[in-house]
Amino acid sequence: MSSSISYWIKDAALFLFLPLIQGFIRAPELELLSTALYPMAIERILKDDANEEKGERARMASFVGAIAITDLVKTTLGPKGMDKILQSTGRGQEVTVTNDGATILKSLHIDNPAAKVLIDISKVQDDEVGDGTTSVVVLAGELLREAEKLVAAKIHPMTIISGYRMAAECACNALLQRVVDNKDNAVKFKMDLMKIAMTTLSSKILSQDKVYFAQLAVDAVMRLKGSTNLEAIQIIKKPGGSLSDSFLDEGFILDKKIGLGQPKRIENAKILVANTAMDTDKVKIYGARVRVDSMSKVAEIEEAEKEKMREKVQKIIAHGINCFVNRQLIYNFPEELFADAGILAIEHADFDGIERLALVTGGEIASTFDNPESVKLGHCKLIEEIMIGEDKLIHFSGVEIGQACTIVLRGASHHVLDEAERSLHDALCVLSQTVNDTRVVLGAGWPEMVMTKAVDELARQTPGKKSHAIEAFSRALIAIPTIIADNAGLDSADLVAQLRAEHHKKECNAGIDVITGSVGDMAELAISESFKVKQAVLLSATEAAEMILRVDEIITCAPRKREDRM
Amino acid sequence: MALAFDEYGRPFIILKEQDQKTRLRGIEAQKANIAAGKAVARILRTSIGPKGMDKILQSPDGDVTITNDGATILEQMDVDNQIAKLMVELSRSQDYEIGDGTTGVVVMAGALLEQAERLLERGIHPIRIAEGYEMASRIAVEHLEHISQKFDFGTTNIEPLVQTCMTTLSSKIVNRCKRHLAEISVKAVLSVADLERKDVNLDMIKVEGKVGGKLEDTELIYGITVDKDMSHPQMPKQIEDAKIAILTCPFEPPKPKTKHKVEIDTVEKFQTLRLQEQKYFDDMVQKCKDVGATLVICQWGFDDEANHLLMHRNLPAVRWVGGVELELIAIATGGRIVPRFQELTPEKLGRAGVVREKSFGTTKDKMLYIEHCANSRAVTIFIRGGNKMMIEETKRSIHDALCVARNLIRNNSIVYGGGSAEISCSIAVEAAADKYPGVEQYAIRAFADALDSVPMALAENSGLQPIETLSAVKSQQIKENNPHYGIDCNDVGTNDMRQQDVFETLIGKQQQILLATQVVKMILKIDDVISPSDY
Repeated sequence: MSSSISYWIKDAALFLFLPLIQGFIRAPELELLSTALYPMAIERILKDDANEEKGERARMASFVGAIAITDLVKTTLGPKGMDKILQSTGRGQEVTVTNDGATILKSLHIDNPAAKVLIDISKVQDDEVGDGTTSVVVLAGELLREAEKLVAAKIHPMTIISGYRMAAECACNALLQRVVDNKDNAVKFKMDLMKIAMTTLSSKILSQDKVYFAQLAVDAVMRLKGSTNLEAIQIIKKPGGSLSDSFLDEGFILDKKIGLGQPKRIENAKILVANTAMDTDKVKIYGARVRVDSMSKVAEIEEAEKEKMREKVQKIIAHGINCFVNRQLIYNFPEELFADAGILAIEHADFDGIERLALVTGGEIASTFDNPESVKLGHCKLIEEIMIGEDKLIHFSGVEIGQACTIVLRGASHHVLDEAERSLHDALCVLSQTVNDTRVVLGAGWPEMVMTKAVDELARQTPGKKSHAIEAFSRALIAIPTIIADNAGLDSADLVAQLRAEHHKKECNAGIDVITGSVGDMAELAISESFKVKQAVLLSATEAAEMILRVDEIITCAPRKREDRM
Repeated sequence: MALAFDEYGRPFIILKEQDQKTRLRGIEAQKANIAAGKAVARILRTSIGPKGMDKILQSPDGDVTITNDGATILEQMDVDNQIAKLMVELSRSQDYEIGDGTTGVVVMAGALLEQAERLLERGIHPIRIAEGYEMASRIAVEHLEHISQKFDFGTTNIEPLVQTCMTTLSSKIVNRCKRHLAEISVKAVLSVADLERKDVNLDMIKVEGKVGGKLEDTELIYGITVDKDMSHPQMPKQIEDAKIAILTCPFEPPKPKTKHKVEIDTVEKFQTLRLQEQKYFDDMVQKCKDVGATLVICQWGFDDEANHLLMHRNLPAVRWVGGVELELIAIATGGRIVPRFQELTPEKLGRAGVVREKSFGTTKDKMLYIEHCANSRAVTIFIRGGNKMMIEETKRSIHDALCVARNLIRNNSIVYGGGSAEISCSIAVEAAADKYPGVEQYAIRAFADALDSVPMALAENSGLQPIETLSAVKSQQIKENNPHYGIDCNDVGTNDMRQQDVFETLIGKQQQILLATQVVKMILKIDDVISPSDY
C-alpha cells in the first residue's frame, strides 16, 4: 500500500474544506476520508464506491443540501421575486425562463438526498394543489435552518420534531379560526376567486395583466362547475401579439387545418368524433397477407380495398353528419370522398383534442359505424376557420356543454408563452381547488403572522425543551414574509417588526403591501389565498423537515456502472 | 500467506492462484468476522426504539429511501462483506418469519458477537462459546414463555391488538397518527383472518399509496383499488351492483400460437375475411353481454373497434389490469378468471356493490374502487402522504403492524416491551449461569450481558443515561420481582410497561433470540476466510 501516504495527505487537506464541499460534491476522496475517520480494522462492509456518513456529519450534509435548495428558489418568492433561466443539457440546450418553484426544481440534477426530499414535496404540491410550490420548499428549508441551530445547541432531533408537530397543529388551527368561507354567497365567492387568482398571478410574468388573466382564469374555472378536471380547459399558445391579446373562447379551438376543397364554414354542425383508421383499413386477423399471381389480381384487390374504404365512408356519411373529426390520419382518398359529400373532415386530432372535443360537443368517440341511429353525435352552432396570428385554426362555437373552453395565449416569444402557460396553470389549479374547498385566507404574509402569533403563544405555555422548537417554528414562519419583503427590496426587519406589532391587536388584517412598501390591510388590498394551499404548504413542509431531521446516517450505494448496460 | 511444504520440503500450492487470494485464519479470522458483524449492528443501533433515528439510503440509481426499518436498511445497503451479508440474511429471515423486530435481532446479534470477542481473548474456544450461547438462549426462550401473558380479544374487542400495533408503529415516522394506522391495520387483519384456523393470509391485504393529501387521510377500503381508469373516457364512472367479467384474453382477433398464414388472393376472400373480423368483435362483446356482465376487467388491451363497441353496448371496461390485481379482484368479488370468451358463464361473474372511479389532485390521476364485494375478505389500505418517501416508509410500517397483528392472532401471548423482556431474561440467564459447571458458564453470563444491550440502546437513543437507567430498572425488577419494568423512552413518568401499554408478541421476541444466537454460532465457527484479492 504505497499509495496510502498520499491519501492521508489528501485527507488532511480535505478535512479543512470539508464543511464547504459536504453538500454537493461526491468526490472519491470523500469516501477515503470517511473510512479514515471511522477506522475499521477489517475490510470495508460496503462496496468500493459506496459512501457512509454518520451522525453529525450526516445531519450536516442534509442541512446543507436542503438549505442550498431553499436559497436557490428563495429569490423567486413573492410578487417581486426574480426568475431563473434553466438551460437543459440535452440536445439544443433549450432555455426555460421561469419562477415556478416546481419547474425549477424538477429540472435540477441533485445528488444530495435531503435536497431530493424537498424537490419531491414541491412536485407533490404541484400535483395536488398546483400552487405554493416555492413556499413549501422555502418553509421546509427555513424549518431545517432553525433546527440546525437547535441541534447545535444540543437539543435532540426527536425533541425538535415533537415541538414542530405541536407547532404545526397549533398553526393550522389558528389559521382555521380565521378562514373566510363564502360558500353560500355566490357573488362574494366569485370575488374571492378573483382575488385568489390575482394574488397567484401577481408573482408571475402575467402580473402586468393580472386583472385580465384573473378574469380569464375565473371564468374558465367557473365553467367547470366544481370538477377539478383541468383537461377541459385547453390552452393554445400562439406567438405574436402581446400578452393582453390573449382571450378566453367559450367554444373549442382545434389547432388543425381544414381539408382541401371542404367547406370552411358550417352552421348547425353535426359532428362525429371518431378514432378509426382512415388510411388503409388493415385486416386485423393475425397472419393474413395478400398473395397474388398476376397484376390484374392486384388491381382487383386494390379495387376491393377502395370499395371497403368507400363503404366505410358511406357508413360514416350515413350518420347524417357534416363534420368528421378523426384521431388518426385520413388519407387523400377518403378525404376526397368526404369533400364530395360536403363534409368537413379533420384528421390527426391528437388524443387530448379528441377527448376534449367529445366532451365539448357532447358526442361519443366512435370506432365502428354500423348502427348510425345509436351513435351520439356532437353538435355545435358554428364551425369556422379562424386566423390567430398567421395560423389557421378551426373554431367550434356555440357548443352544448359549457364545461370546456379554450384560452388562447399570445405573447412575444415561446419563452414568454411557456411561462405564461405555467402561471395560468397555477392559477387554474388553485381556483379549481378553491371551488371544492371554499375556505379562503388573506395573503401577503398575513397567514404566516397569524400562525406565528398562535405558535408563539403555545411556546410560552409549553414547558420543557420543546418550547425552543416551537419558537423556532414561529421564526421559520416569519421567514416567509421576511423573504417576500427582501425580494421586493424593502427593509424587511422594519416591516416584519411593524407587522408583528399590528398583529398583536385583535382581528388584524395586516400584511406586507409590496407595491407601496409598507404594512397594509390585506382585506382592502384584496389579496387572498386559498386555505387549502396554505394548509398543504404547512403540512408537507413540516413532514419533510421531520423526515430529514430524523436521519442520522446516509448510506450511498455504489453508483451503478454504466458500462454494464452497453 | 503461508505456503505448504511436502515431506521433502518442496513448496506446493493448495489453492488455485494462491498468491492472488487474501486469507485470514484462526483468531484473526474470527476477530475480523466479529468486527464486521459489529459494524453492521452499530449502523442499526441508533434506529431502535421510539426515539430511534432514520437513515437515508441512496440506491445505485440515485433514488432516495428514508427508513428506520432494519430489514430495509440492510437490504438497500448493498453490502460487500460476507459476514455483513449474513447479518442481512438474519434480518431478512426475521422479516419473513415475524415481520417485526428486524432491527432488534441485528442489534442482539451484534451484542452477542461483542461479548464473544472478549471471551475469545481470554482463550475460550469458540465452540464452547457457541454451546454456552445455545444453552443460554434456551433458558431465555423458556423464561419468556414463563413471563408471557395471554390476552383475549375478539372481533368486537380489538383494543389489545391496536395497542400492540401501536407499539410497533411508535418507532416509525408515522407515529404522529399511530392510533389511526394501528386501527386500520388491525381491522384489515381481522377482516381477512380466519379465526377458526388462526391463520391470516396477508396477500389478501393490498397496500396502495398515492402521494398527496395527508397521513390522516389514509383509509381502509373494504374492497380493491386498481390504479387504472375506464378504457373509454365516456364510460360511466360509477356502477352499482356490478357483475364483473374477469378476462385474461384480449379483445382482439385470436393469435394462434402455431405459425400460419391466411392467404388472400381473390376479392371474395378479402371480403369474407373482413366480414369475419367484424363478426368476431361483435361476438366477443355479445358474449360478455349475454352472460349479464355489467363491467369487464381485462388483463390485456382492446382494439379501438372493440373499445367502441363496448362503450356502444353500454358495457364499461377496464384494460391492462395486472395479474396480481386481477387475482385479488377475483377473490374479492367471488368471480372466476376466464381465459376464453367461450367459457364465460353467468356463474363465473364476480359481484361488487359499487365500482367507482375517483380522481385525485390537479393531474389526471384516477383510481378505480371496487367496493362492497361479494367476498369482503380482501381489503385495501390506501395510504396518502406528503411525498413519495413518506408513502414508502408508511407502507413498510403498515406491513410491520400487519405482521404483528397476524402473529397475535396465531398466538395470543405477549410480553411487555420497552426492553423489559430482555432485562428479565438477562436476570434469569444470569441466575441460571451459576448452575452450569465448566467454561460454558462464562458464555452464558456473556449472553446475559448481551441481552442488556437492547434496553441499553433504547435508553441511549432516548437521551437517557444508559448505564444508570438500566441498572436502576434491573434492580427494580429484582426487588419487586416484576418483569414489567422497562425503559421509559417517552418520558411518561412510569417505567411499568404494563401501565404504558407497550406490548410485543411473544413469538417475535423468541424468534429474535433464537435467530440471533444461530447466526452468532455460525459466525463463531468460521476460522478461515479465503477471498479473491482485489488486486
